[in-house]
Amino acid sequence: MTTAPIRETHGGDMTGRGGEKPEPGGGQQAGDLELRNVTKRFGSFVAVDDLDLTVPHGSFFALLGASGCGKTTTLRMVAGLERPTQGQVLLGGSDISGLKPYKRPVNTVFQSYALFPHLTVFENVAFGLRRTKGSDISRKVGEMLELVQLQEYGQRRPAQLSGGQQQRVALARALINRPQVLLLDEPLGALDLKLRRAMQIELKRIQTEVRITFVHVTHDQEEAMTMADTIAVMNAGVVEQMGHPAELYEHPRTTFVANFLGQSNLLEGQARSAGAEIEVDVQGATLRAVPERSSVGSGPVRLGVRPEKVSLVDSSAPVDGQLNRLGGGVVTDVSFVGVSTQYLVRMPWGQELMVFEQNTGQRPSYAGGSSVDLCWRPEHAFLLDAGQDAKAGAGLDAV
Amino acid sequence: MTALGHLPTPANTVAPERDEGHRRGPAGYLLMIPGTVWLALFFVLPTVTLAASSLYDPSGSLLNGYQMTWHWQNYTEALREYAPIFLRSFLYAFAATVVCLLLGFPLAYAIAFKAGRWKNLMLVAVIAPFFTSFLVRTLSWKFLLSDNGFIVQTLSSLPAVPDDLRLLATPFAVITGLAYNFLPFMVLPLYASLEKMDPRLLEAAGDLYASPVNGFLRVTLPLAMPGVVAGTLLTFIPAAGDFINDELLGNPRTRMIGNTIQQLFLQAGDVATASALSVTMMVVIVLMVLVYVRKAGTEDLV
Repeated sequence: MTTAPIRETHGGDMTGRGGEKPEPGGGQQAGDLELRNVTKRFGSFVAVDDLDLTVPHGSFFALLGASGCGKTTTLRMVAGLERPTQGQVLLGGSDISGLKPYKRPVNTVFQSYALFPHLTVFENVAFGLRRTKGSDISRKVGEMLELVQLQEYGQRRPAQLSGGQQQRVALARALINRPQVLLLDEPLGALDLKLRRAMQIELKRIQTEVRITFVHVTHDQEEAMTMADTIAVMNAGVVEQMGHPAELYEHPRTTFVANFLGQSNLLEGQARSAGAEIEVDVQGATLRAVPERSSVGSGPVRLGVRPEKVSLVDSSAPVDGQLNRLGGGVVTDVSFVGVSTQYLVRMPWGQELMVFEQNTGQRPSYAGGSSVDLCWRPEHAFLLDAGQDAKAGAGLDAV
Repeated sequence: MTALGHLPTPANTVAPERDEGHRRGPAGYLLMIPGTVWLALFFVLPTVTLAASSLYDPSGSLLNGYQMTWHWQNYTEALREYAPIFLRSFLYAFAATVVCLLLGFPLAYAIAFKAGRWKNLMLVAVIAPFFTSFLVRTLSWKFLLSDNGFIVQTLSSLPAVPDDLRLLATPFAVITGLAYNFLPFMVLPLYASLEKMDPRLLEAAGDLYASPVNGFLRVTLPLAMPGVVAGTLLTFIPAAGDFINDELLGNPRTRMIGNTIQQLFLQAGDVATASALSVTMMVVIVLMVLVYVRKAGTEDLV
C-alpha cells in the first residue's frame, strides 16, 4: 500500500453528507486520508487555503509549519472538531466531512493531552471502548498499557503522573480504538528535550508496530524529520512542499522550505544553461549547479547551499576545478559546538554566509578575521526562483 | 513551648531548633484568638444553651422561670405532634432543590462556557437580587401569584385551566418561593466547578466516540459533582429551615418546621418544645448531609 490508488468520484458522492455514514468505497477496509480543495475561513482570516493532500494508508505523515500556518486547523478538520468552509475530507474514498467527531474512525492525541482528571489511567484508556458492552476491555487496556510501558500505573489519576507518562496515556487512549487515522497535535511540545527525543523513537516504534496512519502536527523540523515518512511543509494555509524528509532537505523548492527545514545560504545570481549543467553568475564568480536540483534553469535565481555542504579553504590554496569556489570571504564569527564548528563568513558584497565544519581534526579551525574561500560540489547547490522573499521561514523554528 | 510541641518530629530532625522557633512563633495562635472567641460566644454557647433548653421542664414559663430537668419526653412529644410538619419541610426543601438544580445547571453551564463577554454581566444578574431584601423579594412573589395578578388571570383564561385557579397560599407557591430565593446558592457553586473544567475535555470525549449526551454524563457531570453537592446542600439546608416563604406564600396547612419553631418560641412561649424541634432538625440535617456526601463520593469536599 505505498502508492495511492486513484478513486472514482461518483456522481452520488454528495449523498454522504449530512451525518449518515457512506458506504466504504470498493470494498477496501481502510485507505488513504484525502483532503480535497479544503478551505477554512474564520471570519475574513483564511486559515487553510484550498488544500489538497493525500496521506497514504499506514504512513507516518508530518504536517510541519510555524504557529498559525493552519496545520492544527487542518488536523481539527480531519478530527471533525472544525468544519471545512469548502472542500471535502475523505477517508478510504468516502466523504467524512459531514460526520460528527464521535462518528469518525479517527482519534486524536491532544496537545494538552486532555486526560479526564476524574478517571484513573485505566478508565481513561478504556473510555473509547466503553461505548459498547465489550467483555475483554480489561485485557485490551492491559495490552495497551503494556505497549506504552505503563502497566503499573492503571489505578493512578492523571494528576499523579509526569508529563511524559501523561503523554503516553493520551497515546494509549487514542490507539486502543484502532482508529484508521491517528492524529497527533504537537504531542511532544510540553516535554523537555531529552524526554522528547526518547518519545520520538517510542512513537516511531509504536507506529511501526500498529501500522496505523499517523498524522503528526509539529513546528519542530527535527521532530518531523526524525519520525515521518512524508513531510508536508505548510505556510500561510498552503502546503509549500511535500515529500520524504531527505528529499525536502536536499531539494527544497521554495525559500521558505530552504530556511524552515534546516538552514540555507541563498545567493542571488543570473542562471544560464551550459550543456548538462547550469551556470550561475554570482557577484562576478561563475558557479555551477545541476538541473535535477533546480526549480528554474535560467534568468534571475537564488542559489542555495546548506552550511554543512560548504568547506573552507585558504585563499591561497590551489583551485580544484571540480568544486564551486567563492572567494574573498573573511571569518567574522566562530562558534565551537563540539561535533562541529560553525563559522559566519562575510563576503565582499556584505552578505554573511554560514559554514558548518565537522571537527574531524584534519586541520586546525580558522580564527576570526582569517581570509578564506568557500567551496562546495556543484550537485550540492539548489536553484530557486528569485521572486521570493529570501528570508521566508528563517528564524521561525522555535527549537 | 506549646507551639513547638505541635511540630512533627521529622521537621525537628532536619532543621536546626533555632530556625524552627523563628518560623513557628506564637503569632499564628494569637491570630486565631478572635475567631475562636467569636465561635465560642456565638456558636458553642448558643448550641449548648439550645440543647439545655430542649430539656427544660415543659411546665416552665417566662413568668415562673425555666428548670433544666433532663426532661427527654420533650423530644418524643415534639416528634409525635410535629412529625408530619418535619416531613413536609423536607419534602418542600427537596422539591425546591430539584427545581434549583434543573434551572441552575443549564444557567451555570451557559455562564461558564457559552456566555463569552456576557459572562460577568450574567454573574452579576445572578447575584443582583441580593441587593434587595429577602422579605421584599418574597413579598413580590405574593403580588405576582395573587388571585388578581397577571399570572393567575392569564392562566385562568386558558381553556384547560379551571377558572377558580389559585396559586397563592398553595404548596406550589411555597416551593416556587423557596426555589427562587435559593437559586443563586445553587448556581454559584455549579458555576465555580464548571468553570474549572477544561472544555477541551469535551472535545476529547467526542473524539473518543462519546455522543454529546454521553460526553455530558461521563465527563461534564462527574466533574461538576463537587458543585452539585455544594449547591444542593446550600439550597436544601436553608430551605428546610426557612419560615419566610411559607409565612408569606403558604397557608396554615403548608406550615413548615421553621414556622412552627418560630411560633412556639415567640407566640406560645413553649421554649422546651421549640428547642427540642430545633435540635432534632439540626441532628437530622447533619446526618442527611453525612450520608449524602458519602454517597456522592465527594468526601474531599468536606
